Amino acid sequence: MIEFDDLRKVYIMGEEEVAALAGISLRIERGEHVAVVGPSGSGKSSLMNILGGLDRPTAGRYRFGGEDVGSFDDNELADFRRRRIGFVFQSFQLLPRLTALQNVELPMIYAGVSPHERRQRATKLLERVGLGPRMGHRPTQLSGGQQQRVAIARSLANNPDLLLADEPTGALDTHTGQEVLALFRELNAEGLTLVLVTHDAGVAAQAHRRVSFLDGLIVGDDHGGASA
Amino acid sequence: MRSWELVRFAVGAIIAHPMRSALTSLGVVIGVAAVVMMTSIGLGASKRVTDTIAGLGSNLIIVQPNFQRGGGFVSGGAGQGLTLRDSDVEAITKQVDSVAAVAPTVSGQAQLAAEGANWSTRVQGVTPAYLVARDLNVASGRMFDDREARQGRKVLVIGATVARELWGDADPIGRRVRVKTVPFEVIGVLESKGQSGFGQDQDDVVLGPLAAVRSRIVGRRTRGDTVQTIYVKAATADDLDKVQEDVTNLIREQHRIKPGEDDDFQTQNMASILAASQAAVATFTVLLAAVAAVSLLVGGVGIMNIMLVAVTERTREIGLRMAVGAKRSDVLIQFALEAVMLSLGGGLIGLTIGVLGAIGIAKIGSWPAAVPAWAGPLALGFSMVVGLVFGAYPSWRAARLDPIEALRRE
Repeated sequence: MIEFDDLRKVYIMGEEEVAALAGISLRIERGEHVAVVGPSGSGKSSLMNILGGLDRPTAGRYRFGGEDVGSFDDNELADFRRRRIGFVFQSFQLLPRLTALQNVELPMIYAGVSPHERRQRATKLLERVGLGPRMGHRPTQLSGGQQQRVAIARSLANNPDLLLADEPTGALDTHTGQEVLALFRELNAEGLTLVLVTHDAGVAAQAHRRVSFLDGLIVGDDHGGASA
Repeated sequence: MRSWELVRFAVGAIIAHPMRSALTSLGVVIGVAAVVMMTSIGLGASKRVTDTIAGLGSNLIIVQPNFQRGGGFVSGGAGQGLTLRDSDVEAITKQVDSVAAVAPTVSGQAQLAAEGANWSTRVQGVTPAYLVARDLNVASGRMFDDREARQGRKVLVIGATVARELWGDADPIGRRVRVKTVPFEVIGVLESKGQSGFGQDQDDVVLGPLAAVRSRIVGRRTRGDTVQTIYVKAATADDLDKVQEDVTNLIREQHRIKPGEDDDFQTQNMASILAASQAAVATFTVLLAAVAAVSLLVGGVGIMNIMLVAVTERTREIGLRMAVGAKRSDVLIQFALEAVMLSLGGGLIGLTIGVLGAIGIAKIGSWPAAVPAWAGPLALGFSMVVGLVFGAYPSWRAARLDPIEALRRE
């Protein structure tokens, strides 16, 4: 489903050119559960940004389900993110003004879903992540684990092809983190493609496949399968 | 993406900080209120001036002595400076064409006493032509005729206010009244003209025959053939300039003023007075409106300031919206709408305050309230433009944000 061919990302820092991605090639199939690991500065964040359509590669090819995402302009990328990608961030990124339900509805508003359908789907998704009774709460009234569940429900709002999680358990305690990871595994079991960026070995161990980055290159691709 | 969803986003952001939104709009509130009030006051003043001048009568030329001339040759004699004579009136009547009426007048302040009631007012000595010149009508009784005016019969035609003050609701016709101890008989009552634009009571008038008022009331200070003001009414508005010129030339001739010497009288044309005062009021109004517009501009800068703060504050929100699929144009429109709504809301409140203020000031200053019909659309249009102009830069900044950077912002 996802194909990277000799993908490069170069940043200009003053006089110097810094290659965040120095030519990587990678394939991810539908239904995979992939952990991207590596120390900070290894290029995994750049990969995430390009994969999620938030950034464009400097060179190389990026295809997603037959679309040449690497050549998209800003509007096409926005469209791509909306249709294909669900983001889960370390810091949840919920809008504090809105209730849990409204936060989950937000991506559907940009997709033009009718208010009635929006409400129904958001309700179902919040029930799915176990927050049915707290739909009217604002983020500040929820615990970290609950906030991350709301964020996961939001990432699923537009039925994405890929769920992209950046250190999703980084701000959570171990127990809550395990619950979130269990939820991810469930979603993956239902067929959702999952890419997780982490430098927590414990988190990475639960994925089917671990892709390791160092200095902008892939240094390991371990299909060892989940230890769970 | 439906556009009303963007409106909802903007409204949501505005009501999330009610106090801040109110203070942000305050500049526009004050600006719009000031513009509306100033233009209304200007228009009211203009209307007042026009009414007052029109109330004097149409197509009118006023001939008066020129008191400025000959200031150095003070002789101190009685009636000093009163240079107009019966002979001037006669000459104008006989020699100037296209004249509808020539009305000489004298006037003096006098106490009227009748059956225990007193009333102090100005008594005018006139001829019947005065009614024509000043567009007056007799409501009951009659006007004295030319012969009575010349002979100085002791009769009066009074205004409604004078009648009411002296006799209440009773019919004043045929009643006797003492003017400065001289007994007069009331023979007519003028049709009511109401308040003039300047709040003067136009019904507080007493008209008597020229000769009688001149000798008995204005008194010994004047020569027997002196007149104070001559009203000359041109037949049509087109004749006004020609008549004014003819009258000026004729009186110069009458007064034996050599070419190059200054007139010892002055003529004023109502149309030109009207035009001059209207121009003055218009200039005044434009100046006031310009000052008001500056405050509107300041209000716009206030909106821009707060919108820039809001964009910085909500950087993460913008990043998140982009991540879940908002286009740059969606973000741009959302923030522009927010600025326009703040401004438009301020405009609406300002319009209300401005209209109420203009009516209030009109009440206090006995001023005709004249809120122009275009004040509403103008105020709202202006505030919308202010919101668009000053919201443009912050909105553009929001739309240009890099989503990766924005999401990373603390």
